[in-house]
Amino acid sequence: MSGPGGRVRWMALPLLVCALSTAGCERETRGYKGPPAAADRETIVRVSPLEPGGPQPHADVKSPYQENAWGIGEGKRLYSAYNCAGCHAVNGGGAIGPALIDDKWIYGAQPDQIYATISQGRPDGMPSFGGHLPTQQIWQLVAYVQSMAGQVKQTTAAGRNDDQMGALPESRQSPQVPVQTGHR
Amino acid sequence: MTGQAGIVGPGVHEYCPNFDTRVTLHWTAICITSRVTRPRISAPSALCLIALGLWSASACTNDRQSGSGIASARSLGGTLSAADPVELQKDDGQWIMPAKNYSSTRFSGLDEITTANVRQLGVSWTFSTGMVAGHEAAPLVVGSTMFIVTPFPNIVYAFDLSKPGAPIRWQYDPKPVGASKGVACCDLVNRGAAYANGLLFFNTLDGRTIALNAETGQPKWINQLTDVNKGESITMAPLVVKGKVLVGNSGGEFGVRGWLTALDAETGTIAWRAYSTGPDKDVLIGPNFKPHYEMDRGKDLGISSWPAEAWRTGGGSVWGWISYDSELNLIYYGTANPGPWNASQRPGDNKWTAGAFARVAETGEARWFYQMNPHDLFDHDGVNEFVLADLTINGQTRKVAMHPDRNGLLYVLDRTTGEVLSAAPFGFVNSNRGVDMKTGRLIAVDEKKPTQGVVTHDICPSAPGMKDWQPSSFSPRTGLLYIPHQNLCEDIEPMPASYIAGTPYVGASVIFKAGPGGNRGVLTAWNPADAKAAWTIKEPFPVWSGTLATGGDVVFYGTMDGWFKAVNARTGELLWQFKCGSGIVGQPITYRGPDGHQYVAVLSGVGGWAGALVSGDLDPRDATAAGGWGGVLGDLKKVTTRGGMLYVFSLGGGK
Repeated sequence: MSGPGGRVRWMALPLLVCALSTAGCERETRGYKGPPAAADRETIVRVSPLEPGGPQPHADVKSPYQENAWGIGEGKRLYSAYNCAGCHAVNGGGAIGPALIDDKWIYGAQPDQIYATISQGRPDGMPSFGGHLPTQQIWQLVAYVQSMAGQVKQTTAAGRNDDQMGALPESRQSPQVPVQTGHR
Repeated sequence: MTGQAGIVGPGVHEYCPNFDTRVTLHWTAICITSRVTRPRISAPSALCLIALGLWSASACTNDRQSGSGIASARSLGGTLSAADPVELQKDDGQWIMPAKNYSSTRFSGLDEITTANVRQLGVSWTFSTGMVAGHEAAPLVVGSTMFIVTPFPNIVYAFDLSKPGAPIRWQYDPKPVGASKGVACCDLVNRGAAYANGLLFFNTLDGRTIALNAETGQPKWINQLTDVNKGESITMAPLVVKGKVLVGNSGGEFGVRGWLTALDAETGTIAWRAYSTGPDKDVLIGPNFKPHYEMDRGKDLGISSWPAEAWRTGGGSVWGWISYDSELNLIYYGTANPGPWNASQRPGDNKWTAGAFARVAETGEARWFYQMNPHDLFDHDGVNEFVLADLTINGQTRKVAMHPDRNGLLYVLDRTTGEVLSAAPFGFVNSNRGVDMKTGRLIAVDEKKPTQGVVTHDICPSAPGMKDWQPSSFSPRTGLLYIPHQNLCEDIEPMPASYIAGTPYVGASVIFKAGPGGNRGVLTAWNPADAKAAWTIKEPFPVWSGTLATGGDVVFYGTMDGWFKAVNARTGELLWQFKCGSGIVGQPITYRGPDGHQYVAVLSGVGGWAGALVSGDLDPRDATAAGGWGGVLGDLKKVTTRGGMLYVFSLGGGK
């Protein structure tokens, strides 16, 4: 029995097959040729110093405020205002989050690495501030965080704590030689 | 309270939240390599259909919460496994909830181990948890099975006590999300599980309550109760009462709105939730609410005792202990500190934080409330245990709840009414002068009241209080309460706190220091009938472990430098000690093994708030590290290391 209705149903089958094969096609695509690896080098932030095939040339990224006392001072104010102090302690000794005044760095002590950590967050508890804070403020925080472990010039770092002296002010912190430990 | 960036705080809201193009570029760089470049249509449709089916099937089984319980046919140990917890908690051979029983006495009548033979204790077996955070949990024993919950990632292990070396029967990994570590104020602790009617209940740091089949480790239900982006977590041990699993949130340092929730034990669905702030209907305050003191009476005090809207981020979390009186059918628990610590941001009594609630178990309906710390100034949570007993006071038998509070006072409350029968300091206190017995109100000392922008020195006790979460035990044989606690003071400077959801909401720079005498810890044997200490033991480090009292008149506790100690319950004389691998902040328990002999078990593994300097590898050159511990416990890093280990002791153990 093949009435008009049956024919419509029969004709619908290839349409269905066609629709399904279209839906499945993206999964079956082989994109053998992508952009060259070198295209990423300008922008990539390396959190590991171990690079397959040996390290690539790396341009040192500085915080625009690394040598700017005002910017570091702003970073110190924001460190409190954005509750960084609640996790890393008022003077950076650490609490919920790791210490910032010592020589151990889980995700790297370079300015771009610190920027990435603040912006991206880290899956073990560090919130992702990217898109919530202006770039300028993150760079100010980066410069201040560097100063906490004595990674900026003594004359640029803050010379006093405005609040209770839990630790020496940043300008008197002994400069640390950062080690990327990868763990607490 | 949300600005354009979802962030409002003093001095920051004027900054416009520009979208950061540099970050966008990073993400683009990551995404570009995985993009499909050349679409093509070639696959036969039948193959597509099969693949489609396989894909959907695989997607359906890829469930993070499906668990990893390993089935076992062995029984928990006879008919007891199905018994009602009201009966089971009375059995001294078992330990089915962290507090041992609903009265939270942490006393077992087992008396094979006595003051005379405790010197013969030896290690029977051990188990390494492989975790480095603080191990605050109590092991449980049901029949011939022991259960432990580790700190984050909260793996549950079941051990077969009937076999040599107690091999693992099953293990369950709940896989909590790592982000929850960022909202855990005081190390990544978990305080244990609870057993009832064949199910084992526990909470995860990322805010799930999970019911496991105690025989197999298979999950029966899982309920996600908290939101990490509100700063919520769960660290407390649940309590199961009349078919309800009682669970509260943590996050008093993150501006959460505190609550206690009851889940149906069979299904995990929420039966009721009682908030600690806000309108009466949310707090489950109704016509039967009869607080003993005038200060706790009035309509919607959970709103009117706060500045506008501050109750929404006012804390009062419920992360401590719950007791239950089956005759009065009331549960008792304390609410945590109000947020932020900077009290100038929240003028008012800040109801219903830092106080004690009595509620009807089935409905959550509030019966009475007593606020130990109205308008708390010092992070003095009210969550410490309520130990229930019937005591003779002034010749009368009274149904009491004993509560050693953070503020340094040992409260003896009439648990039928919430009346304060006595409130005496169990250590050195200079920030209050006790309780006005007419009004029930704590008498504050003006010169020790913190002021924003000013450092107030030598406040005693400190923020963790005379005593923190670490639970006491009560021996009906001696009539003494064995209180593990601190002897600390502090300097504090409150500072403006910005509320940014998911980040700390504290607003204080705090530095702890040793109290008078220099010993930072004390074990106090307290006689609640005459409100005096019977004896004390001074310890160099805070006593951050629970205590255990037994029918053999032995009291057990651990020290942060790793000594597990047994003392005479009547005199405090040190009878035996064993040096564990790491400091002890756990809760010792005792049970009768399948061989009929008495065992004592404790988790070692330093951490918790007090031990975070070690477990979190913090830098005590900053005295404010770990919320103030940097100033007083820097030497802990020199005497112990992190790492969890379960120790089980018995007479002649290891021989």
